[in-house]
Amino acid sequence: MSQVDSGRAGSGRRAPARVAKRGTGQNQTGAGWLFVSPMLIILGIFLAIPIVMALWVSFTDWNGRGNPFGSRVNFVGAENYTSLLTEQGLSRQDFMLSMRNTFYYVLGVVPVQTALALLLAVIVNQKFLKGRTFFRTAFYFPSVVSSVAISLVFVYLFTGTGAINTILSKVGVIGPNWLDDPRGVIHIIGEKVGLWSIDAPPSALASTEVMNLSLWEWFKGPSVALSTIMIQVIWTTAGTFMLMFLAALQDLPAEVEEAAMVDGANRRQRFMNVTVPHLRPTIFLVLTLGIIGTWQVFDQMYVMTQGGPAKTTLTPAYLSYAAAFRQQQWGEGAAIAFILFALIFLLTSIQRYLLRDKDEVAKKKATKAQAKAAKAKGALA
Amino acid sequence: MSRQVRTLAICLAGGIALSACGGGGFKDDNASPSAPASASGPVALQMLIASSGDAETAAVKAATDAWAKKTGNTVTVTVASDMNQQLAQGFASGKPADVFYMDAGRFADYAKQGSLYAYADQLKDNGDFYESLRKTFTYEGKQYCAPKDFSALALIINTDAWSKAGLGDGDIPKTWDDLATVAKKLTTDKQAGLVLGTGIDRAGAFVVQNGGWWLSEDGTSATAAQPGVSEAMAYVQKNNKEGIFKFNNQVSAGWGGEAFGKGLGAMTIEGNWIKGAMKNDFPNVKYVVAELPEGPKGKGTLMFTQCWGIAADSKAQAQAVDLVSSLTSVDQQIAFADAFGVMPSRQAAADGYKTKFPQDAAFIAGGAYGHGPINVPGMEQVISDLNSKLENFAGANLADVLKGFDTNAGSALGK
Repeated sequence: MSQVDSGRAGSGRRAPARVAKRGTGQNQTGAGWLFVSPMLIILGIFLAIPIVMALWVSFTDWNGRGNPFGSRVNFVGAENYTSLLTEQGLSRQDFMLSMRNTFYYVLGVVPVQTALALLLAVIVNQKFLKGRTFFRTAFYFPSVVSSVAISLVFVYLFTGTGAINTILSKVGVIGPNWLDDPRGVIHIIGEKVGLWSIDAPPSALASTEVMNLSLWEWFKGPSVALSTIMIQVIWTTAGTFMLMFLAALQDLPAEVEEAAMVDGANRRQRFMNVTVPHLRPTIFLVLTLGIIGTWQVFDQMYVMTQGGPAKTTLTPAYLSYAAAFRQQQWGEGAAIAFILFALIFLLTSIQRYLLRDKDEVAKKKATKAQAKAAKAKGALA
Repeated sequence: MSRQVRTLAICLAGGIALSACGGGGFKDDNASPSAPASASGPVALQMLIASSGDAETAAVKAATDAWAKKTGNTVTVTVASDMNQQLAQGFASGKPADVFYMDAGRFADYAKQGSLYAYADQLKDNGDFYESLRKTFTYEGKQYCAPKDFSALALIINTDAWSKAGLGDGDIPKTWDDLATVAKKLTTDKQAGLVLGTGIDRAGAFVVQNGGWWLSEDGTSATAAQPGVSEAMAYVQKNNKEGIFKFNNQVSAGWGGEAFGKGLGAMTIEGNWIKGAMKNDFPNVKYVVAELPEGPKGKGTLMFTQCWGIAADSKAQAQAVDLVSSLTSVDQQIAFADAFGVMPSRQAAADGYKTKFPQDAAFIAGGAYGHGPINVPGMEQVISDLNSKLENFAGANLADVLKGFDTNAGSALGK
């Protein structure tokens, strides 16, 4: 009885309230826009407008002087894009080289940094580890230091007569001339196992050209110089991603783990079947950030190698900078940036598709199938 | 929902329109006037320099302050951290620095862009600047700016290694054959006879000595495959293969000077900047400087230089030109030489410089027969491609590389 009463009273109260809400609704929307407007304006001025302008520049012959929307600037259609993608020439050669280099770079850096970050996070997350805070700080430290400063240190460590080679020589290994060595890792391995000689590559590979580069060049692997940069980047970024994994690990309820223990799961099984599935969203985040970050790599090349030796550390981001600021080819520089954007977008979408939650997809599929079946039944009836 | 999206779209579109019409950041360019823009009254000039260090910055500031005091104007000197980027920002905004350092290798691209004001004809004694320097800063038949100073390559010889190999004062190489002979005598297990920096900025000196150049005289066609260039490159490659010439990347050194200082090479070919490096990093290495040997077509070296650029968009060009003439006077050039070791770009200052720095005679002699860098627009990419292919000099297929340069340069020149 009283329940019904209170219910009625409630609904009675609610009705006028709804009317009142309607009245302030407009104001609230307006106020909402007002509150977000500083952010929108800032994003617009520093993000949206520059992107639109760069897109425009990529379709013009703007030479860097005066307004890109001025009367002297000509619209050239997709010319900047075709010179990078379809025309035989230096621009396409350099662009393809940068794509090759970065492909190997991403392939090397992303899996290793993700695995290393996960490993570090699991280690640091051990409850019985002494000095956890120290290790956490130590692992995270490279991430908070400027990448330019770290790059400079690495240049000194990895010179031909630097600390790394001195240590290596102590144990009887003659280290390569790290940052000046353009030989590809796959080429070196092939030579070591006797597949080929770098000075006289197999003619079938060397004489077939695809997009301005011979197959021999395409299958070069990262150069020793690029590998050195990869080592540095993995060391630097693993700490950042460790922190993300650590946060997710600390979210994992202890009961779940204990339940798995009760069920008789061993360490490995607990990790593979409890921890990793729980970390799926974090793994997705880390991989996405990793792929985006690695394709855009610039600082290290700018500080350490300027694209050399023999263009083996040329990357699209550095090439875009060089085209614009050094060669005054602003349209081409902008075009490289947009091709890179499209590529990253595509790769992230593919990765999103591959890492989707399969249970959820299956469930969705099942409901869809059910609905279909019901519909079919209805049609039959 | 759809209303929100629409509002957002309007906001963004409005923002773009505002910034485009507002025109705060960019200037719609108009044709550069030939008569200097002359602001009346005292002007405030902005100067952008790429300084080699405190000594240079202080010297430039002192010189500009003196001019400012005399004329009643003011000059603000800014040291660029990234010259390319800061210049580009200035030119795009329409408010560049009035006066700035302009590198010879970059010059043509900016001249073509229309960012530079051609004022050389207004200078007194313009003919006194070395001819090759004036040529370096000439685009489409017009000399744009006044050469600030220059450097030239010469042969740097380690005196200890020299006497250890049993060589005397009379053995200083005069020809290519001499150079190969002494390099052979100087070569030991740990030391190459001659160490060269990679790229055409060093090996190119041999091209000049052989009477060749990468481009034709008028800069309209590429000529690297012709004997003038290819024979010179072949000479270097032959000696490189024999191990008596080595490149800095073969001996794990950053540049020729480092290899020379560390004793990895008994001779090197570098410019006058090596003096500072030797003094700071290798004070115990004794060396002498000699002119480069003559090639089949006579003497030749490479010159590196910068000029005092004045912006086409400057509002006070007349004052800027006046400032530049005071900065390029003979006395001022000697003062700069004293302060940070550059060589004067005026021939009239050469004698004064030689008396002050007798050990630099070999460097400054290059002014008479040296060649400036390639100064045609759009060549940056082509040159860096050539240099990257010459990194492994001994293994390079020179004929292919030079032909490739001609093809790439040809299409760059056609643009």
